[in-house]
Amino acid sequence: MTLSTEDIEKLAVLSRIQIETSSIGSISERLHSVLDLVNQLGEADTSMVEPMAHPLNAIQRARDDGITETDMRERFQSLSQHTHDGLYLVPKVID
Amino acid sequence: MHNMSIAQLNEGLRLKAFSSRELTEHFLCRISTLNPEINALITIAEDSALKEADEADRSIQNGAMTDLCGIPILHKDIFCTEGILTTCGSRMLSNFVPPYTATVVKNFKEMGAVMLGKTNMDEFAMGSSNETSYYGAVKNPWNTRKVPGGSSGGSAAAVAARLAPGATGTDTGGSIRQPAALCGVSGLKPTYGRVSRWGMIAFASSLDQGGPIARTAEDCAILLNCMASYDPRDSTSVNQAVPNYVASLNDSIKGLKVGLPKEYFSSGLNAEVERAVRGALNNLVDLGAELVEINLPNSHLSVPAYYVIAPAEASANLSRFDGVRYGYRCDDPVDLNDLYCRTRGEAFGEEVQRRILIGTYCLSAGYYDAYYLKAQKARQLIQRDFAASLEKVDLIAGPTCPSPAFEFGSKGGDPVAMYLEDIYTIATNLAGLPGMSIPCGLIGGDPVGLQLIGNYFEESKILNVAHQFQNITNWHNVLPLSVS
Repeated sequence: MTLSTEDIEKLAVLSRIQIETSSIGSISERLHSVLDLVNQLGEADTSMVEPMAHPLNAIQRARDDGITETDMRERFQSLSQHTHDGLYLVPKVID
Repeated sequence: MHNMSIAQLNEGLRLKAFSSRELTEHFLCRISTLNPEINALITIAEDSALKEADEADRSIQNGAMTDLCGIPILHKDIFCTEGILTTCGSRMLSNFVPPYTATVVKNFKEMGAVMLGKTNMDEFAMGSSNETSYYGAVKNPWNTRKVPGGSSGGSAAAVAARLAPGATGTDTGGSIRQPAALCGVSGLKPTYGRVSRWGMIAFASSLDQGGPIARTAEDCAILLNCMASYDPRDSTSVNQAVPNYVASLNDSIKGLKVGLPKEYFSSGLNAEVERAVRGALNNLVDLGAELVEINLPNSHLSVPAYYVIAPAEASANLSRFDGVRYGYRCDDPVDLNDLYCRTRGEAFGEEVQRRILIGTYCLSAGYYDAYYLKAQKARQLIQRDFAASLEKVDLIAGPTCPSPAFEFGSKGGDPVAMYLEDIYTIATNLAGLPGMSIPCGLIGGDPVGLQLIGNYFEESKILNVAHQFQNITNWHNVLPLSVS
């Protein structure tokens, strides 16, 4: 498995991480080394094995459908410097 | 006072040999003297610690004593603390003051413990050397040219340097046990689901588990008594009664069957580490245990499976850091995509970015079955190996790490060389089992760890064996020369 410059750029877009063009070579080299490691999984015969989702085979617990938290919008929004009238501000999305 | 165990400090507080304020001031003084060199703490919470100490002293005066009332501790900077900076070792959260407190931290507060501060760590707990922290690497108190291990390296180094008698850590692939081994302290990763993950910043949700780091197994038992709880706010928290982990520490281990995985004593293991571990196993025999060779034939799949599952889960968990609601935000974004991409490009370090890219790759269309599903199947095989072995033996023992602490920068260029540091610890997380590292020797002044792995919810048995071992050995009492 080899990753081209285009593959790395596509992964960066999917991951929403800006990477410098100059660093693509070193990123690619190190990702290859990790993928070589994980490709060792191919040696395992897992044809008759169920995937393991939880160590204790537990199922997702759901809480009762009731109100458990009070409105803490102001408290949470105090963490951001970019709010207005209870809304988070981001660059314009619609032209 | 800094050389006393939590149990001894508790006794001193009960007998009023010293107050919690005196104790807290003593540790704050040590932090102020030693931390500039070791860099084990990101935040020193002096004002709130002294306030908590005074409250503890009032509780003690009023007869409301607990095992941890007035005891100073440290929390890994992955646990949210309301009103106190919580960075997770990242530039991304370098301005994050949480509006709520993690369940683990709350449990300690309710017991009257005093929080001295927050410990340094690999960024988002991704690392085995503490070199990925945005706040600079922690130095190993045994040799400041060497790494303390990671990701809970700050907690382990702080306990080793006697900056606190105990600290919390988290362990996703060895992040409590490996730094405990490299710093010569005791550290326990409980069964998955035993300790609440609520308010613990997520890395890989199916593997993450909080646990204690302290000098002794007895102190780990005291800390785990407080940390372990059922928490309805964590959907993976297990609703099972928490035993008193101290109560069984003095049980005899005569007749205990201890399994030695053949694969953990193979060619990758440093010969001197093996010698120290085998010496410790002989101590267990002296205590009446029987050693049995076992096989974990799929253990070679652990590291490859982990480096699919953990990055895949991390790529999903870390998508919440987008520069919109909290944390770092890039300057002057031109559009929403630029806001996301530049914020994450500027505020995540190289290792975190690498793991997000790997995780995104493994989860992307066309690769999911080949990587993520395959890794989940390998995980099943690894768990089956443990289940089969734990039908024959009571406990599994072996080295915590393949070698002692290494020098800063010595594995910098090769992520895989760093990942192999956790070769003996990762399988335990994949299976969800409890594991512990305790000090069992020194090689040229560097500590070596003995790992003990138990069956689900058998932390008591692990702690019992570790305590019995520490009753007849002195490795846990040896102090790094630089901090005496």
